[in-house]
Amino acid sequence: MKSEVKARPVNRSRGRRLGAFVFLSPGLAYLVVFMLVPLALLLSTTVFRRGRFGGVVYEFTAENFERLVDPLYLGVLVDSLKIATLTTLIALLIGYPTAYVIARLPRKWKTIALVAIVLPFWTNFLIRVYAWIMLLSGPGLVNSALKVFGLGPLEVLYTEGAIVTGLLYSYLPLMVLPLYAAIDRLDPQLREASSNLGASAFTTFRKVTLPLTMPGVLTGSLFVFVPSFGNFVIPEMLGGSKSIMVGNLIRDQFLKARDWPFGATLALALIVVLVVLLVAQSWVARRA
Amino acid sequence: MLRIDGVSRRFGDVIALDDVSLEIGQGEFFALLGPSGCGKTTLLRIVAGFETPDAGKVTLDGEDLLSRPPNRRPISLMFQSYALFPHMTVAKNVAYGLERERLPRQEIKQRVGEVLETVGLSAHAVRKPAQLSGGQRQRVALARSIVKRPRLLLLDEPLSALDKKVRADMQLELKRLQSEVGITFVVVTHDQEEAMSLADRIAVFDSGSVRQVDEPISLYERPRSPFVADFVGANNLFSGTASGLDGIRSEQFGMLPGTPLTELTAGRQALLAVRPEKIELADENATRGLAGSVLDVSFYGGVSHVSVDVPGHAKPVLVAVQGAAAVRQGTKVKVRWEARDAVVMAVDQ
Repeated sequence: MKSEVKARPVNRSRGRRLGAFVFLSPGLAYLVVFMLVPLALLLSTTVFRRGRFGGVVYEFTAENFERLVDPLYLGVLVDSLKIATLTTLIALLIGYPTAYVIARLPRKWKTIALVAIVLPFWTNFLIRVYAWIMLLSGPGLVNSALKVFGLGPLEVLYTEGAIVTGLLYSYLPLMVLPLYAAIDRLDPQLREASSNLGASAFTTFRKVTLPLTMPGVLTGSLFVFVPSFGNFVIPEMLGGSKSIMVGNLIRDQFLKARDWPFGATLALALIVVLVVLLVAQSWVARRA
Repeated sequence: MLRIDGVSRRFGDVIALDDVSLEIGQGEFFALLGPSGCGKTTLLRIVAGFETPDAGKVTLDGEDLLSRPPNRRPISLMFQSYALFPHMTVAKNVAYGLERERLPRQEIKQRVGEVLETVGLSAHAVRKPAQLSGGQRQRVALARSIVKRPRLLLLDEPLSALDKKVRADMQLELKRLQSEVGITFVVVTHDQEEAMSLADRIAVFDSGSVRQVDEPISLYERPRSPFVADFVGANNLFSGTASGLDGIRSEQFGMLPGTPLTELTAGRQALLAVRPEKIELADENATRGLAGSVLDVSFYGGVSHVSVDVPGHAKPVLVAVQGAAAVRQGTKVKVRWEARDAVVMAVDQ
């Protein structure tokens, strides 16, 4: 009798675990075969020598990592960090007020505003970046508009500013959406309570709204930072030949220099930076 | 102290408040009672500053309140949801209002300590709201509201989120606290028992208007309008015409005994209200009373509620008797009452 009663929950939990495994296995298999295995193969090459005409020679060496700390390459990493950080900060400064206003719109307008935020994603990414070339180029739309007011011309295209502009344009929605979700979830009575207790609108924002939407701030920042940091399409098209980001460098190592081991080492550096940020983000989010 | 003068507010086509005027005295425990959607919460939000009236004036000790932003009013509001800051500890929540006044840190600490002592939460000062029970959260909200020593404390459905046992405790606690701190309390509630047990005076609201302002006992014993008679407590209502004498003339039952509250001209539409506990259950052979049969008996311990089906009267007549009832379902009875125990009021419009 007793054992029968006891056996039941065990069976059920085993069944549940089996069910979870069945549901998860397709995704899991896909990730293992097409991401984890290639990633492991790629990263294993970081400790080997490059072949003379590309490929990998399986001889142990540490030279890839020695090259990584070369000021030339470190500079590229630092530049990429700088550009991605700047993009994230501006996205936050623009995205927070946007999300805040959308969250307080009437229901119908909320939907319209959110659709408008996601709308650019329906157009091909490359076309949108090309459009920025047209906008920013010497005789482009921005400069002709400035001319009307007797300003300009601005030499924006092929500068870091253009890269930041392009990244910002592409990834701003990824900042707005998590922020919107966080702000929308906030009980409006908390703001009223703060006001009732004597706080000004600014104090209410600083003491109540911002701390409670911090998880959204962190998620949005990560969503913008991660694709910006490793990006190579936008720097390539809007940054010209002067500026290079770590994404371009990695691509060049694989496709132009044919130095797979060093390309893999750079990729590893990029992954390490992102993982550190991810861990830091989840740590902060849990404490908040 | 608090004067509400001709306040109106409409949302689109809905009239939330229609020319409401009230005067609430210093140190009073005042209740706004009404069914949900009657405008009482809107009035509370207007006083707190989260809503602006379309017309009317609100003054506190003669000072105009409406021209002040919500964070500059000497009024605390305890929200129905409590609206505790989830990211702050209990002590931080309570200190929030004092910190906004830029009081010295030492004084804040001392006052927070005192008020937590008052509400019996000293041991929980470092917990977050999520780690507290419903009753404890309510105490934190209360502490946060009174620590600023407001001149007026508004409470929006303060006990509705609590279960019955805790609610009874908190009711006593609220009353004790109110007499202790001497702040004027205005409580909004849809629960008439809560209003009756807490308040010194009650304003009964219906569709944006005040129907009656009175002390609980007067409200219960002498309702002035059919709405109040029906809404406050259980009542048995009979309609008819004023007879000019004590009582009304009903189409189905002839003369029914009752006492008019005001002079009523004979022939006027009138309503007679009699409380369940004022009705006597008599033998079916009694000379006087309305004949009927018992539909249902519910035993509540101290009292029993007997509902009696009286042919010709749409709703069953509710009778409350002390202890266990001597009748059972189906028993033929007569229900009767004395003229002094029933109230006759005019039906307007």
